[in-house]
Amino acid sequence: MFPLKEFKKSLLVALWFVALTFPLMVIQVDPIERIVNWRWNNMFFVAIGSFVLSVVGKAFFARKEQQLSKKRTAQNEEVQDTIFQRVLREPRYLWPISLACLAFAIAFPFLFSTYQTNVMTTALMYVVLGLGLNIVVGLAGLLDLGYVAFYAVGAYSYALLNHHFDLGFWTVLPVGGILAAFFGIILGFPVLRLRGDYLAIVTLGFGEIIRLVLENWNEFSMGPSGIANIDRPGLFGLDLSLNMSILYLYYLMIFFLIITIFVVNRLQDSRLGRAWVALREDEIACQAMGIDKTKTKLVAFSLGAFWAGIIGVVFAAKTTFVNPASFTFLESAIILSIVVLGGMGSIVGVICGAFILILLPEYLRALSEFRMLAFGGILVLMMVFRPEGLISNVRRVYQFKKNDRGEK
Amino acid sequence: MSEIILQVSDLTMNFGGIKALDTLDFEVCSGEIVALIGPNGAGKTTFFNCVTGIYTPSSGDVYLHKPGGEGRTRLNGMKPNHVAEKGMARTFQNIRLFPKMTVLENVMIGRHCRSKSFILGAIFRDKKTRAEERSIVDYSYALLEKVGLASQVNELAANLSYGAQRRLEIARALATEPFLLLLDEPAAGMNPQETAKLVKLIRRICDEGHAVLLIEHDMKLVMTLSDRIVVMDYGRKIAEGTPAEVRTNPEVIKAYLGEDD
Repeated sequence: MFPLKEFKKSLLVALWFVALTFPLMVIQVDPIERIVNWRWNNMFFVAIGSFVLSVVGKAFFARKEQQLSKKRTAQNEEVQDTIFQRVLREPRYLWPISLACLAFAIAFPFLFSTYQTNVMTTALMYVVLGLGLNIVVGLAGLLDLGYVAFYAVGAYSYALLNHHFDLGFWTVLPVGGILAAFFGIILGFPVLRLRGDYLAIVTLGFGEIIRLVLENWNEFSMGPSGIANIDRPGLFGLDLSLNMSILYLYYLMIFFLIITIFVVNRLQDSRLGRAWVALREDEIACQAMGIDKTKTKLVAFSLGAFWAGIIGVVFAAKTTFVNPASFTFLESAIILSIVVLGGMGSIVGVICGAFILILLPEYLRALSEFRMLAFGGILVLMMVFRPEGLISNVRRVYQFKKNDRGEK
Repeated sequence: MSEIILQVSDLTMNFGGIKALDTLDFEVCSGEIVALIGPNGAGKTTFFNCVTGIYTPSSGDVYLHKPGGEGRTRLNGMKPNHVAEKGMARTFQNIRLFPKMTVLENVMIGRHCRSKSFILGAIFRDKKTRAEERSIVDYSYALLEKVGLASQVNELAANLSYGAQRRLEIARALATEPFLLLLDEPAAGMNPQETAKLVKLIRRICDEGHAVLLIEHDMKLVMTLSDRIVVMDYGRKIAEGTPAEVRTNPEVIKAYLGEDD
């Protein structure tokens, strides 16, 4: 049942869109011939397209509304989880699935070309970055728009230490992480009092400051021309061919990813992780319950930054070249989108989000002109239909034996 | 044998030109239930906020003394989390739970300041951390049993009924092992049955050795429950005494009903 009134509204929407897009889609000025081409058939497409989309959207909302009211009337009924959440909750399914994923990941380089492996390595890097940012944004609820700054710190620490002192990948890896964590604390201190939008603005500024310093301080970072000829990661001093080192880096990333998932999962389910979530939910109540806000926030910032630093080192080793252009705001925005799209605070969600946002553009190169358009569109649709992300976070369920004393 | 556990002297709080609290003197002894009443805007919640460290008072002193312990701690300017660590916990007038955490997790947050594990413990999950985690869960569950929420441990806090949320807030505050519990309008928005249950609960909490200081507008609850009542108006203490004394105090009647001319 779809009332006529809704159709009328959709018709209005379509007309409005036609009017809006008229100058863009219909009028085409040919400056050489000095004539105007009127592309009326475009107007027709816009009208049909917006009408159909509007009807579909309205139908969707109507259904959602219906479901909601049904849920309200039958309150005692168990709230239906999505299929993902049910699978995630059941260790019986979870283990085989993760083992299958792991087997596929290990076999991947032998099934596909080197190019694919390289793309996959990039995707894995973004997964780890997303998981790192997830600590800050998803768990602790601190909106950080300058996350790429820590990534840059990691990348430049390897680039510079390698360039000046010839330090190897494995030596710099922890150094890069710790340096980034240190920068996380430096950023954390001034923004302790800030929340929400204000915090976002300051972190955005911090990210830009780091990038501008790298761009303009020529003596230190060699400016926009960047640092080239960075060593690839070493394997016990072996001389690896290019293909072999791509393979090596891929497995390295798999290894890092497993460690990251393990650590983030444990952190999430610990005293510290609970404190982060509580901080996100209500800062004042959190403090009144005895949680040290300063310490908890700084730890979130520095741990999040630590992962970015590690991946920064890997990035420098992978591309063997760094310059400030790799660390623009767009990069922060993409990592943040991974977290938001995937589902804040949900590890599986972030992994899915990273694969979607990094791999899809890679394989849809034919449509690359529309990449940003699709990107924006997807984000808008997600925010409207699933604001909690693809796979939302499920709180842990504790089991208790029935108490024989009974309840009052 | 009761001793003073909270002593407030000359407490003043200015917001710009407004004196929300004006040279307030006040004390709470161990094992008693004290009610703080007064018309809206009398400064009751401001008092709670000053005492628990959410506001820093403009002048005056707040001392907390652990029963049986030595010495007393000056709370002025102390951060709320340290105040909670010292043994004073509170609930909020407008419920401030962590809505997207489960009921059990809400209480577990209260255990935060009584446990220690940190980053490394969380990652490696050694024996000590596991034991600590186990004890946090058990302690929290026992508290939920006490307030009657044990059947809803895995429910999100946001999905609880209003009365249940108030009780959960009390359980969360109790999880910090306070010897003084501050309740800000615990019965607001409750129906008579829920209020009766709440009275029983507060009694029980007091019998178990926690002193209770509560703000409440429900006069029936205040009169039946409290050992002592303090009446505030315009940031000042205008009366103090047993329920019977306060009920007949002309100052109090004037503050509540206005002057008779």
